[in-house]
Amino acid sequence: MSDRPQTHRRTVSYIDKSREFYGAHGYGKPYQWASYDEVPFVKWADKGVDLSEATVGVVTTSFPTVFTAPKELYAQASAPVPDAMFTKDLSWDKDATHTNDVGTFLPLAALHALADDGVIGKVADRFYGVPTEYSQRRTHADAEQIVAWAKDDGVDVMVLVPL
Amino acid sequence: MSLVARHLEAEGIATVIVGSAQDIVESAGVPRFVFVDYPLGNPLGRPGDLAEQRHSVEAALDLVASAAGPRMTRRLDFDWGSDEWRDIYMHVGDDNREQLAELGRQRRDKQSARKNEVGV
Repeated sequence: MSDRPQTHRRTVSYIDKSREFYGAHGYGKPYQWASYDEVPFVKWADKGVDLSEATVGVVTTSFPTVFTAPKELYAQASAPVPDAMFTKDLSWDKDATHTNDVGTFLPLAALHALADDGVIGKVADRFYGVPTEYSQRRTHADAEQIVAWAKDDGVDVMVLVPL
Repeated sequence: MSLVARHLEAEGIATVIVGSAQDIVESAGVPRFVFVDYPLGNPLGRPGDLAEQRHSVEAALDLVASAAGPRMTRRLDFDWGSDEWRDIYMHVGDDNREQLAELGRQRRDKQSARKNEVGV
């Protein structure tokens, strides 16, 4: 229980914030965030798989500490869990926090622990990383490649964690 | 990331996004979303807090199993412990407006110089 006054307990609008921030830089045309009316949905019960038997995959926007520019989509072994990831070029709050603990944005250690405890079947052999600075068209192409990798790796559930 | 979730789900793979930018994820339209109201960078929990990091991942898996339809958001009751970051991140005010405008000008100058170099 905290006794500090809850004067600012409100959700931040990052769409508004980034519009104002980049507008102040003199960029007139605001970024158009993706928006769709129809949302695909798989009802888990219809899949006939118990979570305790499911293979769980991970998608991240972080990158291995060593990579060749420009950033390309990648798949990497999910074990051992990397002890550091490259995040410096991504937009996150570098004043308020840090990303030295990869468990704060990459759920591999947590998922391996859940697999050890029998909550899930297993962690997929590979996890996947996507660059974020691309156009939406490029992202569609990347998404199709991730679908193909996920099918190869038998993924039933994908946990996606953008920074 | 929202587009990737949509592609996976359309191909029969159940997805859940865990993140801190609620408006961006929800406006895209995704099957399931676990919202952690923390500064951008630690969507799974605070640094060093393994229990919190595990809790957010378990909540994501619970949401996969329990969601009855798309656009399902579950907000976790995590508390960063302060709220100053909400105003500081990407702050624009009278104190820095001219500085941001100058940074923008410098960046555009650099970009057009680079384009000219490539043109040569």
